[in-house]
Amino acid sequence: MAELKELLKEQIIDVLNLEDITVADIQDNDPLFGEGLGLDSIDALELIVLLDKEYGIKLADPKQGKEIFSSIQTLAQFVEQNRTK
Amino acid sequence: MPRGVAITGMGIVSSIGLSMEENFQSLIERKTGISRLTNFSSKHADHIKVGEIKHTDQELAQLLGLGSAHSFTRTSLLGALAAKQALNDAGITDINAERTGLLSATSVAGMDYTEKYFQHFATDPELRKYINSHPAGDSSNKIASYLGLKGLVSTISTACSSAANAIMLGARLIEQGKLDRVLVGGSDALSKFTINGFHSLMILSDSDCQPFDQHRKGLNLGEAAAYLLLESDALLAKHPKKVHAYLSGYGNANDAYHQTASSETGEGAFLAMQKALEKADLAPIAIDYINAHGTATGNNDLSEGHALLRCFQQVPAFSSTKSYTGHTLAAAGAIEAVYSILALQSSCLFPTLNFQHKMEEFDLQPQTELQSKTINHVLSNSFGFGGNCSSLLFSKA
Amino acid sequence: MKNCYINGIGTIGIQHPDYKLLEQEPQALFARNQAQHPVYKELIPAASLRRMATGVKMGCYAAQLALQEAQQPALDAIICGTGQGCLQDSEKFLTAMIAQDEEYLTPTSFIQSTHNTVAAQIALQLQCHAYNFTYVQGGSSFESALFDGLNQLNYSNAQHILVGGVDEHAPQFDDLYTLAGNYKAEDEAVDFKNPTQGGVAQGEGANFFLLSQEQQANSYAQLLDVWLFNQPQRSIATEIMQFLSLNNLQSKDIDVLMLGYNADASQQAYFDAMAACFPETAIAYYQHISGSYDTASAYGLAAAAQVLKAQQFPAHLSYNSIKPNRLKTILLINQSRGTDYSFVLLTAC
Repeated sequence: MAELKELLKEQIIDVLNLEDITVADIQDNDPLFGEGLGLDSIDALELIVLLDKEYGIKLADPKQGKEIFSSIQTLAQFVEQNRTK
Repeated sequence: MPRGVAITGMGIVSSIGLSMEENFQSLIERKTGISRLTNFSSKHADHIKVGEIKHTDQELAQLLGLGSAHSFTRTSLLGALAAKQALNDAGITDINAERTGLLSATSVAGMDYTEKYFQHFATDPELRKYINSHPAGDSSNKIASYLGLKGLVSTISTACSSAANAIMLGARLIEQGKLDRVLVGGSDALSKFTINGFHSLMILSDSDCQPFDQHRKGLNLGEAAAYLLLESDALLAKHPKKVHAYLSGYGNANDAYHQTASSETGEGAFLAMQKALEKADLAPIAIDYINAHGTATGNNDLSEGHALLRCFQQVPAFSSTKSYTGHTLAAAGAIEAVYSILALQSSCLFPTLNFQHKMEEFDLQPQTELQSKTINHVLSNSFGFGGNCSSLLFSKA
Repeated sequence: MKNCYINGIGTIGIQHPDYKLLEQEPQALFARNQAQHPVYKELIPAASLRRMATGVKMGCYAAQLALQEAQQPALDAIICGTGQGCLQDSEKFLTAMIAQDEEYLTPTSFIQSTHNTVAAQIALQLQCHAYNFTYVQGGSSFESALFDGLNQLNYSNAQHILVGGVDEHAPQFDDLYTLAGNYKAEDEAVDFKNPTQGGVAQGEGANFFLLSQEQQANSYAQLLDVWLFNQPQRSIATEIMQFLSLNNLQSKDIDVLMLGYNADASQQAYFDAMAACFPETAIAYYQHISGSYDTASAYGLAAAAQVLKAQQFPAHLSYNSIKPNRLKTILLINQSRGTDYSFVLLTAC
């Protein structure tokens, strides 16, 4: 799980082009959207593609992302439970 | 009270018809243009529906009488057809006889050929004539050259509000005395690029779109072109002719909220409608009918609904004709201008197709049946990415 | 009719961000020329920057420079011109779509590929709800925007309008346009006076202007008139004479004629025909400084405005051997491959 969280942080920084942010800057329970990292709805769509491409998880409705992407903790849990690759 | 700028010609090609008459018939007979994609292949073809014009590029080129050496892409082909219709409708034979301009809108431009040939241009010199058909300005220059128009030509690209902006710009140039007459409108072809773009935004519906419905699932993309001919009062005094309607008001504002999404309060839309009313010197209550932007995305219809409620104490009858044509992007403002004028002329409120359930956020129901009603003033909304919001106001001739 | 003054200019291009046109010789031009970038973070929030391609960054930054110089007035309109739009993001989404066979596509580059991205981003950053427009008309994209801005100041209650032009490189589209003969090949020689080969020396850049109804102490110049057309009705000479007479001018009233000479042998005749209408006038050029791109003529306007303000005509702008007698009125004329003609008339304050 810890490894997955680190990997997810790296992937998020990479796909969202978060130049000034390092893995160490993101705490597991920090909110990713709004406050915290300050991500928005376009980023959510980028993360949905990330889940599909890297973990074989398809989200049909972007609204589902809201809870899943609330923090690295929730995201990692969701990936662990649902990944197909 | 100023009555506005005269509209003396109209031309339109869309998935519900290749002429003004065909489009009108489809609107009153509830004949949708939404179908499965057939003109080109896409991985998403089975999961989306589109407002596609069922004519190949070769067939369109033939209708225009273009030789084989041409490098018109679909946007220019559709545009040239609609623009020529508008000139014919207004009885214009010598296009350069007066100070005549063309203001055309597009967002796709030549992307349909660029995406088809991108990997083949290097190896196949025959295809290279299409490289310079890629930029948006080229599509307008092609239409101008087809019409033989030498005067002012420009292209507006403000996403889904493009054609509405072309129309209001034309009106301003007539009012300012810069031009005697001007063709205004827009053209956009379907392309794999836009299908995939909207797919990546997860706002394409897999079934017929349902504007302003609680269970709407997103938009259907479409393709179309339409142009209006605007003429100055001085020119009309010299050569009197039938006036279809007047463009009495227009407004352009930016939502300045988000790159793609509209604000929940519909600030940009509200400001655009208010400016249009102000320009026409009309109170909201004077508006008899609204051709809404109504894309059937979760975001647009919610935002537009709020803007309508802010603008009107009692929201007038409104329809989204995108349930017939799909969202034709940069052309939408032009085809919906034609539909608004047809509504004025025929005293008809056009139905919104596929509507079932009111949205839970507010008590707004679009017009769902064809209805006769005296219409003096119609508002037509077009909103786009980048917060670009525009509203046009048409008044009875 | 009211007046229109240029009260602020912001320029990003292939010269160093601190390049001073009136004081320094420009860096030598090659067949392809990349922009030299400032530190964008100074004027654009990092959260916005992460999604921006070159053109959007250049546009937003140049817009901020123009606004700063004019003391940040509240805007009545934001109007952009771009010949190619957001080409880098178009290319990025297009190549990903082809390479990944329509799968795993993310929306960011699609969103940023729309032609109105720069004007929209400027509005978003300024939280500006005013009129917002984007023109995409090849070589007269910028002049379309300028024409709109001038007309609004002349005929409406607008006080301050931001107008700009921006175009960027994109590697694969650059190759395509080279294949089509628009651009010179990578190592070709560049000769503006006697070009022997076709194609322009491609550059990129953003040039923004703050236009105001009111003159300020540091105004650059007054914009008198703008016109654009697809083709001359009869000849370029008659078009020029008509435009001048509409402004109650004769060819001898033009102190400097600034032309979009672009080192493309196939386009030289168009500019020579314009020059022939002004046999006794000093002729200036600027694309050896800016490189050539659809909205490079906006750099020409920036150069002309600086000349009028400083009342200096540096030798490196001079195309012919005639020296201007005075620096009061400058006419800029441009075209692109035989279409998209434009006139811009400027006078000293």
